[in-house]
Amino acid sequence: MLVKKLMRQNETYIFFVIVLLAFVIQARSGQFFTPNNIVDLASALVVPGLMAIGAFMVIISGGIDVSFPALASLSIYITTSTLLDMNYQGGMLLPIVMVCVLGALFGAVNGFLIAQFNLPPLIVTLGMSSVFRGFMQGALNSRQLATIPEGMSSFGTSALFVAQNRTSGLSSRMPVSFLILIVVLIIIFFVLKYTMFGRGLYAIGGNETSARRAGFNVWKIKFLLYVIVGVIASLAGLIRVCMMTQCHPTNMLGMEMMIIAGVVLGGTAITGGTGSLTGCMFGTILIVMVQNSLILMGIPTFWQGVFLGMLIIIGTGISAYQVVRANDPARKNLGRARL
Amino acid sequence: MDQEAFPGGIHFAQKGSDTVMAQSLLKAVDVKKSFAGVNALKGINLEIYPGEIHCLAGENGCGKSTLIKVISGVYTPTSGHIEMGGKSYNKITPIEAIMNGVQVIYQDFSIFPNLSVMENLAFNSELADKRKLVNKKRMRQIAQDAIAKINFDVDLDEKVGALSVANKQLVAICRALMFNAKLIIMDEPTTALTRKEVNALFQIILDLKAQGIAILFVSHKLDEVFEISERFTIMRSGELVATGNTAELDDKKFTYYMTGREIEDLTFTPENVSEEPVLEVQNLKLDGYFDNINFSLKRGEILSITGLLGSGRTELALTLFGMRKADGGTIRIDGKDVILNAPDKAIENGIGYVPEDRLTEGLFLPRSIGDNAVIAEIDKLAGKLGLLADKTRRDEGERLIRRLSVATPDANNACNTLSGGNQQRVVLAKWLAIDLKVLILNGPTVGVDIGSKRDIHEILHNLAKEGLGIIIISDDLPEILANSSDILIMRGGEITASLKPSETNVAELSGYMM
Repeated sequence: MLVKKLMRQNETYIFFVIVLLAFVIQARSGQFFTPNNIVDLASALVVPGLMAIGAFMVIISGGIDVSFPALASLSIYITTSTLLDMNYQGGMLLPIVMVCVLGALFGAVNGFLIAQFNLPPLIVTLGMSSVFRGFMQGALNSRQLATIPEGMSSFGTSALFVAQNRTSGLSSRMPVSFLILIVVLIIIFFVLKYTMFGRGLYAIGGNETSARRAGFNVWKIKFLLYVIVGVIASLAGLIRVCMMTQCHPTNMLGMEMMIIAGVVLGGTAITGGTGSLTGCMFGTILIVMVQNSLILMGIPTFWQGVFLGMLIIIGTGISAYQVVRANDPARKNLGRARL
Repeated sequence: MDQEAFPGGIHFAQKGSDTVMAQSLLKAVDVKKSFAGVNALKGINLEIYPGEIHCLAGENGCGKSTLIKVISGVYTPTSGHIEMGGKSYNKITPIEAIMNGVQVIYQDFSIFPNLSVMENLAFNSELADKRKLVNKKRMRQIAQDAIAKINFDVDLDEKVGALSVANKQLVAICRALMFNAKLIIMDEPTTALTRKEVNALFQIILDLKAQGIAILFVSHKLDEVFEISERFTIMRSGELVATGNTAELDDKKFTYYMTGREIEDLTFTPENVSEEPVLEVQNLKLDGYFDNINFSLKRGEILSITGLLGSGRTELALTLFGMRKADGGTIRIDGKDVILNAPDKAIENGIGYVPEDRLTEGLFLPRSIGDNAVIAEIDKLAGKLGLLADKTRRDEGERLIRRLSVATPDANNACNTLSGGNQQRVVLAKWLAIDLKVLILNGPTVGVDIGSKRDIHEILHNLAKEGLGIIIISDDLPEILANSSDILIMRGGEITASLKPSETNVAELSGYMM
């Protein structure tokens, strides 16, 4: 029964792919199942993982957000440069609060435009992405900030524990920010499953008109959604800056495609309404694994793009094919035909 | 409020429709509604009594939907008022309508295909209670109670999208019943149902009536109106043209009220039938769908193919149009063997196909009517270098839509501005543009009102007389009997009978189908 249920779920298949890939990498390099590699992977997962959670929520609601890297870049740039200007010496609390407030504010702009005027989310976020970027480069005259406040860099480099690879002598730190990913995951898991807001996202993604008729406040849900996504993306941006111990205004731009690809790879329907947070995380893990581990296999980095592209096309192609098959009326009726 | 507030209703339901009318459940008084100067409702007076089955009929665009939306509070009437639950409302909000026990089951059922039956059923009441958190236990209880009301046996954890159309409708009905419904408005509830499912639905409607719940049944299907309703109201271009007991209504009156014209019965008599068959099919086979299909069609004939859903009739049509590749057998056009493995091969051989669901399959709805009409001959219209002159395309489009008298002020309007019957005509127009030998129509009048249906039949008769071989796939048996020269019945992928319409009747045909 359980096996049967698992076999019907997309998550099971992507899990198998992850395991398979892990063994392939292990067989080729002997480096996959080493403590430091696992920790490296976990560390590399934090930022994409957080961003994927936000992208996932938007896609579930039937929308799409391509502005979150630009949004995060802007809020983190404002935060870092302001803190540097005031020669901030404190801990992480103020940066986190600042970046969250800014993220909420910018997300609210997206949310307002989408909810109020019923504009297509792709158009709004594509436009806002450009606005955020232009504002940062034009009005704020952004440039690379080689140093960041002490509190932020020490947070970025502090470790929960250090994993050591005895044979190679390499060691990797498990960043404290991994805990933030876990906390956000747990919160959003709860929100999606046990709040009417979360169920409302699924309902809107399934059928917006029906959701309105059922009594969901569609305006409020959409608005709140983009605010939350703005906050999560900005938080991810902050963590990235802390881990890199410098603030680069443009190096997150373009991440959106990889993140959305991971979400869709995890079985989330791009048309909205269907998908699970587990699948979304698996999809992101797969993307991060491919990015990190091709190096272990001695494959030149420029092949990464080819591999990832193929993975995305095959992965989403299979699920799209399954949808088409499930909706083929001829196949459905086959059961009724007496042949 | 609950049912005890309407003692008259229960009394009425027990005595039946011929007793003196009890206090009405809902009364619309001189309701007018206009949109940007267009009068959609021109002073409607409608009364609905507790526990009655009331049929609201009218052709597409007559104002039925507007009236429903006024009653359910979606639209505010321009003037007039609505009386419900002893109160008079100049404007009613959706919430007030629900509080007064009015529930609407829309054609699309307003369901969430991606969510479970439980959530689909429980959301409305959870939201009405302004709950913020999900309590699975309570929701399951709500859903359980809801399906128990009509003894609906369904897995609450199943996704609604995986249910059959009939079961989706039952989910919508269960949901409507949760709010102490006194009036359930069903908007064309039988459109996508099989005959068996319609019977089950009617049984449920009778059960609801027995509980004192009134049903406003929106339909334009004559036989259903007679079968289920006790009273009827017929609307035409925003006006109420007739209301009364169904017992006093007959086919002729119904049609007259609906269309405003006398429509004589049209029967097809083949003329100019060719000597040689234009299409011959021998031992045609598609694995898993049909086998051993043999028939021939002459120019000037109309061949009807009928059968239940899953009998292979649609797949046969698709195979003849090259959408599916046959696994065996031969197809001959004008005596020559042809291989039809793609639609353009079929078109090359003079075979045209009008799909079942004209809205999703046959037309580019957002594109202009003219563009849609010329699409099948687009290659011919192209000049040197394969480029398309705007003027040629437009002139040809206008010529075609005039030929089939499509009712539109401008061929440049988008196709989705047309009514169902007119859309069907555009689909026909696009096939008339090319030199056709055989035209296959799948469910040509599904969802089309009486007036347009009559027009479509007339067009088909004329096309046959002009020398076209026509195949109609339909399960509308009266339509088949009146409009064909031969009838084939399919069951389980085989032809079970081949009959002449003059030698058979509805009962015999359905006997062969089962």
